[in-house]
Amino acid sequence: MPTVSIGRDRLFAALRRSYTQEEFEDLCFSFGIELDDVTTEKAIISKEKHLEEEKPSADDEIIYKIEVPANRYDLLCLEGLAQALRIFNGQAKIPRYTVAKISKELMHKMHVKKETSLIRPFVVCAVLRGITFDETSYNSFIDLQDKLHQNICRKRTLVAIGTHDLDTLQGPFTYEALPPPKINFVPLKQVKNFRADELMEFYKSDSKLKKFLEIIEHSSVFPVIYDSNRTVLSLPPIINGAHSAITLKTKNVFIECTATDITKAKIVLNTMVTTFATYCERKFEVEPVEVISFDGSSSVYPDLSEYNMEVPLSYITGSIGVPLEVDEVTNLLKRMQLNAEKAGSGHNISVSVPPTRSDILHPCDVMEDVAIAYGYNNIPKRKLSSLKPLPLNQLSDLIRSEIAMSGFTEVLTWILCSKKENFEMLNRKDDKSTAVIIGNPRSSDFEVVRTSLMPGMLKTVGHNKDHPKPIKIYEVGDVVLLDEKKDVGASNHRLLSALYCGANSGFELIHSLVDRIMEVMGTPFVPVGDKSGYYIELSDEPEFLLGRQAKIVYKGRRIGNFGIVHPEVLNNFDIPDPCSFLELDIEYFLQS
Amino acid sequence: MAEDAILGYLAVAEEIPDSGQFASQHGLHHNDVVNVIKSLHGFRYIDAQDIKRESWVLTDEGKKYAADGSPEVQLFLAVPQEGSISKDELQKKLEPSVFKIGCSQAGKNKWVDMGKQVSRKVQHVEDKVKDLLIRVQNVEEIGKDDVNSLKARKLIVAQTWKGYSVRKGPNYAPKRKKVATDLTRENLQRADWKELEFKEYNFNAKGPPAESGHLHPLLKVKQQLKNIFLQMGFEEMPTNNFVESSFWNFDALFQPQQHPARDSHDTFFLEAPSTTRELPEDYVELVKCVHESGGYGSRGYMYDWKREEANKNLLRTHTTAVSTRMLYALAKQPFAPKRYFSIDRVFRNESVDRTHLAEFHQIEGLVCDRGLTLGDLIGVLNDFFSRLGMSKLRFKPAYNPYTEPSMEIFSYHEGLKKWVEIGNSGMFRPEMLLPMGFPEDVRVIAWGLSLERPTMILYGIDNIRDLFGHKVDLSLIKRNPICRLGIN
Repeated sequence: MPTVSIGRDRLFAALRRSYTQEEFEDLCFSFGIELDDVTTEKAIISKEKHLEEEKPSADDEIIYKIEVPANRYDLLCLEGLAQALRIFNGQAKIPRYTVAKISKELMHKMHVKKETSLIRPFVVCAVLRGITFDETSYNSFIDLQDKLHQNICRKRTLVAIGTHDLDTLQGPFTYEALPPPKINFVPLKQVKNFRADELMEFYKSDSKLKKFLEIIEHSSVFPVIYDSNRTVLSLPPIINGAHSAITLKTKNVFIECTATDITKAKIVLNTMVTTFATYCERKFEVEPVEVISFDGSSSVYPDLSEYNMEVPLSYITGSIGVPLEVDEVTNLLKRMQLNAEKAGSGHNISVSVPPTRSDILHPCDVMEDVAIAYGYNNIPKRKLSSLKPLPLNQLSDLIRSEIAMSGFTEVLTWILCSKKENFEMLNRKDDKSTAVIIGNPRSSDFEVVRTSLMPGMLKTVGHNKDHPKPIKIYEVGDVVLLDEKKDVGASNHRLLSALYCGANSGFELIHSLVDRIMEVMGTPFVPVGDKSGYYIELSDEPEFLLGRQAKIVYKGRRIGNFGIVHPEVLNNFDIPDPCSFLELDIEYFLQS
Repeated sequence: MAEDAILGYLAVAEEIPDSGQFASQHGLHHNDVVNVIKSLHGFRYIDAQDIKRESWVLTDEGKKYAADGSPEVQLFLAVPQEGSISKDELQKKLEPSVFKIGCSQAGKNKWVDMGKQVSRKVQHVEDKVKDLLIRVQNVEEIGKDDVNSLKARKLIVAQTWKGYSVRKGPNYAPKRKKVATDLTRENLQRADWKELEFKEYNFNAKGPPAESGHLHPLLKVKQQLKNIFLQMGFEEMPTNNFVESSFWNFDALFQPQQHPARDSHDTFFLEAPSTTRELPEDYVELVKCVHESGGYGSRGYMYDWKREEANKNLLRTHTTAVSTRMLYALAKQPFAPKRYFSIDRVFRNESVDRTHLAEFHQIEGLVCDRGLTLGDLIGVLNDFFSRLGMSKLRFKPAYNPYTEPSMEIFSYHEGLKKWVEIGNSGMFRPEMLLPMGFPEDVRVIAWGLSLERPTMILYGIDNIRDLFGHKVDLSLIKRNPICRLGIN
């Protein structure tokens, strides 16, 4: 996206008010431009020269670097940008640009020779009459040409602009294409006469101009513009002649745009003349020039006619999703520099696109301007249908994969077990306050809803005695605990368990797994008592061996235990090898 | 032996103040004593405090002189008491290094006359250097000046001596019990686990690093995003085609041929295969027309559209090239609404730095239906981004050749306390959709963002090369948490 550098104070003067930076940023945001950087002339220069940045002093002019959309050539300078914002703010009306009414005889003429079609076939011209430059507007005039050359002109390949002091020249003009040795003139900023072929050689060492040479250097003929005295106006797209150079005192400016793309040439010419006609004696009026082709056909430029478009109101409101009346739409469009009014029966809006708005191609562009003026952020949102999966199950799945990646094999065990397995065999006492008891069990295997994953895990090991050691298994599943707060008096809890069984207890390995689970949950290891992460403390649970067990404290809450399974418990489940076991409640990970 | 000595000593004494002295008093090697102290300390039989001392030890050269005498004395003794000896003769009697050093030191001490003939100047000398070296060897104190002179001659070097002072620990016993570090199968078999005393765990340290596999953070985020799209009813587009023609990448999207994005500065064009072999001719004609002269209510760009430009192959610069193909195929069917998404690699001819790579991943979502509005776009963006944890959004007008309206998406970043751009969105232009053959009231709303940016924000990574590519930081991949996007 192109960036325009503008003096802040001059911009605010043009906007007839000052803004805090934040206010200005908000204005930019809603209009669709962006305040990219705030700097000073000094800072820009020292950055270019890679110098140490000097401390900006208070009297340095503050420069705003503003990013503008790539298709808004009218915003590439202070004049155009300030005008667009003034109109957007409702401070100004849309100007009507006119072409001066003068007879064909009095009109300046540009004759196009046939040879130009070999290299750069198009030229369009216009005159800005009675212009008054001051230093600022003069610089802006030069800068805009630069910006246009960089952007729409695609580094002068598509279009090149030449501006001249008309009073130093004598029409009619001719646009020709000649063999380089036949072109001879003093180029801008030089004092000596150059032949065009020599000039090309000369500019090979010019850092600014050398990149444009390739556009014509391999051609047998070079494009050139003469006046009736054979004074060279320019050698497009490289350089203008010194003779017709414009100055601060220039009153009448002759603008020519040579091109390989006529549409872009017209846009560039229109951008130049509409932007600077504001400094003309007859404000917003441009004097036309007749361009006469070698085949006798002729066209008058600039073409400042407005482009008319009829846009159905329903298209605009139906695309934006906001019900708007015709008047509201026309008022919104006027803030975007588009003159609009109710057409005929009132179902359509008639829009006149001024010559400054070459970006408007289709009613969708008009619709967008309505939406911008209405405010994107004022449009009510509509929700499309969508689903939300259960966070607990999503988290379970992610944790399950991580544990499997740590080398554990997943098991899926039964929810139901015997009372004995759930309590006595784990060295626990049933105090009747935890487990859901089944009233009509068909066998002792289904007496109780498990309160821990441990019996299922130990039964799995007990039944896999022949499996090569070590055994590393895990399960993520629900247990049920009595719960006074629930209507039915019981609630599920999602637990994670892991077990190691081998020649040794594998306690360290289970400890490492605890660390890994905390790491994948993004939880730091903290000193005991710190509530910002997790820590491990000695615990005293009957199912684990004394002194060989610990509780896991996560953000200040005990969420589980791990340890070496008590040998009596192992014996109860007929397991001959030592085991370490981990169990924790993963629902805590979802609470913030 | 050392263990019995220490535990036995502490049974009667309060403290062993210095393990070094203790070792020499008891005729033990200090190293053995230290090892026992460390082990007893681990089981908290004793408490040990570090002691550090600077001491001097002899260098190899110093050891030699301590045994054979200093070079200057060796030289002096080689000179006859009476008369003189030729220098050559003297040199033959001594080792070369002894001769060299001896000459200079004995000369400096004015013990001998050094000429072609060497003779004694004094009759009797003392080997002070040797005496000092022997004292150092015996760990006796010597004067500061002497230390400096021996140090300067590189005969002694400083050594830090480490030892301990030791007191009884909380588990002190005059004799160590049998301690175990782990419960083993044998313990269970022998049923001796009841007698075992275990070494206490240190829960202030983490466990040993776990052996584990790890998924790449970018792909973890990709997986979550994919889930989010699926939950929102989006179907995945086939994006396994990196090579694309300019036609599908640009022209079909109503992106004019002179657009800067089509410069070689921004796009990788291909040498082989340089051009596409075929394009759907009927459709190409419609695209050409809409570029050149508009239609469908548009003015068009009014330039000469060149087929050669459209034929040029490239590495796709956006996955929207695939979306275009999908929409083109969709338009050929009787109309049915669709939601599509993709997350895949795209390529830009950019120089690589901390935040830019020549290839990255684009996330794209689009909804194609009749009567869609900007309100739908804003709604779907709110749904999508709030699932990513970004519920505070605002939208800025922007320009994009193939969408109109176009909206840049900004999210308020609580950490940075400012609005940051997180993606782009818009409604595809009629000039793109109508030549495909869609009915006029069908609209397509779409958005895109990079996968890298949210991932970097999520995992606090500020250099994209640490995350993606061969310069990746592997430990960063390993320590990253699971991606909880979409889970809240």
